[in-house]
Amino acid sequence: MIAEAIRRGALADYAERFTTLYETAGSSVSIRELPFLAQLNLRVDAGDTAVMGQVTDYLGFSLPLTPNTASQAGDRRALWLGPDEWLIVGPDDQATSLEQALRGGLGGAVGSVVDVSANRTVLEIRGSKGHDLLAHGVPIDLDPGAFGPGCCAQTLLAKAQVIIERRDEAPAFQLYIRSSFASYVADWLLDAARAL
Amino acid sequence: MSRLPEGGRIDRSRPIRFTFNGHTYQGCAGDTLASALLANDVRIVARSVTYGRPRGVFSAGSEEPNALVQVGSETMLRATQVELDDGLEAASLNGKGRLTSEPETARFDKIYAHCEVLVVGGGPAGRSAAQSAAQTGDRVILMDEQPLLNSDSDGLPSNVRVLLRTTAFGLYDQNLVLAAERRADGGRLWQIRARQVVLATGAHERPLVFANNDRPGILLAGAVRTYLNRYGVAPGTRGVVFTNNDTTAPLASDLRSAGIAVAAIIDIRREQAIVDTDGDDDGLRAVTLAGGDRIECDLLCVSGGFNPTDHLYSQAQGKLRYDERFACFRPDGKLPNVTVLGAANGEFDFAIQPCWLVPGTNGDWSAHFVDLERDVTVADMQRAVNAGMRSIEHVKRFTTIGTGSDQGKTSGINEVGLVGALTGQPIGGVGTTTYRPPYVPVSFALMAGRNRGDLFDPIRLTSIQPWHVAHGAVFENVGQWKRPWYFPRHDEDMEGAVQRECRAARENVAIMDVSTLGKIDIQGPDAVEFLNRIYTNAFDTLKVGFGRYGLMCKADGMVFDDGVVMHLGPDHWLATTTTGGAAAVLDWMEEWLQTEWPELTVRLTSVTDHWSAVAVVGPQSRDVVHTLFPAIAVDTQSFPFMAIREGETGGIPVRLHRITFSGELAYELWTPSWYGLALWEAVMAAGQPLGITPYGTEAMHVLRAEKGYIICGQETDGTVTPQDLGMGWIVSKKKPFIGQRSHRRGDTRRADRKHLVGLLPVDGEQLLPEGAQLVLDENTSAAVTMIGHVTSSYRSATLGRTFALGMLQRGRERFGTTVYVPLNGHVVAATVTEPIFYDRENVRRDS
Amino acid sequence: MLIPCPWCGDREDIEFKYGGAAQIAYPANPDSADDAAWARYVFFRPNPKGKMAERWVHSAGCRRWFNLVRDTVTHEITPTPAAEERR
Repeated sequence: MIAEAIRRGALADYAERFTTLYETAGSSVSIRELPFLAQLNLRVDAGDTAVMGQVTDYLGFSLPLTPNTASQAGDRRALWLGPDEWLIVGPDDQATSLEQALRGGLGGAVGSVVDVSANRTVLEIRGSKGHDLLAHGVPIDLDPGAFGPGCCAQTLLAKAQVIIERRDEAPAFQLYIRSSFASYVADWLLDAARAL
Repeated sequence: MSRLPEGGRIDRSRPIRFTFNGHTYQGCAGDTLASALLANDVRIVARSVTYGRPRGVFSAGSEEPNALVQVGSETMLRATQVELDDGLEAASLNGKGRLTSEPETARFDKIYAHCEVLVVGGGPAGRSAAQSAAQTGDRVILMDEQPLLNSDSDGLPSNVRVLLRTTAFGLYDQNLVLAAERRADGGRLWQIRARQVVLATGAHERPLVFANNDRPGILLAGAVRTYLNRYGVAPGTRGVVFTNNDTTAPLASDLRSAGIAVAAIIDIRREQAIVDTDGDDDGLRAVTLAGGDRIECDLLCVSGGFNPTDHLYSQAQGKLRYDERFACFRPDGKLPNVTVLGAANGEFDFAIQPCWLVPGTNGDWSAHFVDLERDVTVADMQRAVNAGMRSIEHVKRFTTIGTGSDQGKTSGINEVGLVGALTGQPIGGVGTTTYRPPYVPVSFALMAGRNRGDLFDPIRLTSIQPWHVAHGAVFENVGQWKRPWYFPRHDEDMEGAVQRECRAARENVAIMDVSTLGKIDIQGPDAVEFLNRIYTNAFDTLKVGFGRYGLMCKADGMVFDDGVVMHLGPDHWLATTTTGGAAAVLDWMEEWLQTEWPELTVRLTSVTDHWSAVAVVGPQSRDVVHTLFPAIAVDTQSFPFMAIREGETGGIPVRLHRITFSGELAYELWTPSWYGLALWEAVMAAGQPLGITPYGTEAMHVLRAEKGYIICGQETDGTVTPQDLGMGWIVSKKKPFIGQRSHRRGDTRRADRKHLVGLLPVDGEQLLPEGAQLVLDENTSAAVTMIGHVTSSYRSATLGRTFALGMLQRGRERFGTTVYVPLNGHVVAATVTEPIFYDRENVRRDS
Repeated sequence: MLIPCPWCGDREDIEFKYGGAAQIAYPANPDSADDAAWARYVFFRPNPKGKMAERWVHSAGCRRWFNLVRDTVTHEITPTPAAEERR
């Protein structure tokens, strides 16, 4: 049991500002923090089909091999970060079970599993103007035709490195932001939202 | 008033009041400042930069060389591009801008866009290109610098995004187009990646070069038609046309329909010419023809031909060739994924007799203006040619022609023709000058966008930041991080606060936020071998559950970064880096792994932001740790220096490290950043009975310098070896590491290299400035040789005096001697010492 | 400038860091190199007008190092013929 009172999301102080934005912009764009997601960094040789198969068995779904895509099953997902690197994401409180599953999958094979749950917080940008908002700072093409459901990318938002994910058809993006950059990114997005 | 009773694409039902040079005028919605001034019979808009000659509106677009104005804080705007707005306050400029000292209030925005086809220019050619490109369903962007398209934008399919008031000013590699959008509250910079770029940028009309061709009332012929037809403004009452081509044919009837008398049409093709003009304080009054006839007029419409607007094409290294038929330079060959269309491609249909200069009556060329904005005349160009210049680029630099904020849009090709005429070269052989971005002036504020103020660069914060703010910390920037510098109490000054914080760490217990250290998780069967190669010292003897300080060099043998490497488990390590070096160290480690050492199986993961870290420092730190973690044995045998323990306090998971950067007994407590603030508060609560004192980076610097601990980037600057630092003890002789071979180079083994030393000013109150130079001779009235410099300098509460670290030539041979530090107006003596001032035997650290 | 990451495709150059000239191997046995040979490895780099083999890292992306050949005059980039070569 995690004592909520002692844990704090990187953007705990921004809830009110995000609400104000929602009240101004209405449903066209909203921002909220999804703190405390379980996040595991997995590095393993993608060419080792036996290990990859075991990881699939333990995880319940296979890791995406296509660069800049994500796969998912239920409330767990895997984002491609590199040819031998993935970010495994699950709900709060699953860091330990995910870590065990991944270590089980590796079964002693060469690879690394690192709990990075608190390394990044997640911002969800939702609404018809979400794409416009991100276009102010993200150099890659986020048009649905180029960046559809199941796509993810590591890129920049203004001067901060981010992972952007589009989970489904809904007009929403998940931004994975390193904790120390979170307030910069939030301030930047709130300022850019004034130009919408 | 010169507003025509009807016509034009302005809204006469919406009058707009504005001021110009303090006078109040009225225009209409849809006017530019230029059209409104002409409508109000304001003919003199500015003064020229060198000669102060009166100048009026000359064109109707971004090529305007004359009508430069100031609007509010924005300077060097072209009146032809300033849209009239209620309450607009504009003023003349004399060819130079005025910077304001007021803070910028306009908002500047930046945005990325992607499309399959970008069409620059919304004229008929551009519009039809956009229309046909859109048929495939591709994303099309159509941009134009005018506030409206000539033809209606209705009827364009929805996949065509129309950007008005937007000037494409740069075409860069792989079709990146930068464009400036003028917005009511500021501007927006567009950064557009287009698979195909269509340049339908049209052509600029060029003037004719004759004596006194710069008077207000002399306008480009096409611009006159624009003022008549688009703005419903008559720029004069009695006009003369001076031309060498037949594009001016419709002008006479346009003038007459507007009620302007056409006094004469002077056509060079009929061997006619205007050889001089006359004027008064209000501009043009008459022209003089070859043969001596004088014609009264207040409007002269000139046309010397057209220059395809190929700046963007040329910026992207597209080649131009001279077209004899239309007397213009036009694209020659193709650029990949760039199409030039219409007039921009030299697709014209008119007859022209090229004319580069019209002689005057007295052999004087000093009022034949070629470049109106730069005030460059034919006489200036003659001087350049007489001085031996032949190349167009040399003439440009000699005369400054084409270097104004208009970048010579109306003068450039006349310059080429004139150089040809003056040097006897064919025009095609002269060639054009190089076109460079930006096509129109772009303000730094637009380039900056929202990267200003607090958003100028990322401000990185730790999870404990809210506590620091609430407790009055003064911050300093360390890389992108904001770190507490010191925590003043009440009206304490910096020195007082730092001395108090240092005393607390040495005598009692103190606490510091050290979350900013870079942290790299290292796993794999070859991790030890990897660390041995990366660091100068060896790691194969380090047991699980312990850490070790490590130093790394680049291949040149110079110190690069340092930190503590923790052995967390079998094949599992974690390395810390300096706060500023984290990203560079990780990239560098990956470079070796991925390029040179593929045989090593090692995986790196950055965990810098995952962990918050709190240093608990001082003789009583053990008591605080014990209070928080009663289950962990903290006596020095059970939890020795450099050992690691796992623990938990009040639901907060913590990894404890017995590490010191102060030389005192100290612990670093690490927790996932969600818990960072809670952990800090828990330590503060546990330490409260002992008077635990938060301290900042300045006290940290003092404490570490007293112990002679270096800071990479402060003592080192990329030219310093471990041996220079007196850290030969950390350089292994038993195993290879990066930079090892360089330590045997003659240069790195020189006896006269600079060594790290301590410096004690003879006057213990004297604080040496960091960066101060060290010399051997007290007498600095003549030139003296610098033999070193101060790298760190502080006032020490512990030592009761000032002290410093420095890099000094043959420093280790000079212990006990005196060096001198020339400061402003006086010279200070300092004794050279070993670079350690406190607890040389590490008794306190190991206690 | 767009840089073709072998994994992520064309990305803006702001996502990358430059690693200097490629194809400069770390000497197999540094100890046997004389001072001149070692200095050549450490300090000497090509600076051609025209095609140059370069090393880049997709630092804001997948963090992979890779080589490409860039024309220093036209900025035209051609993936290195030996895409597999690590150095």
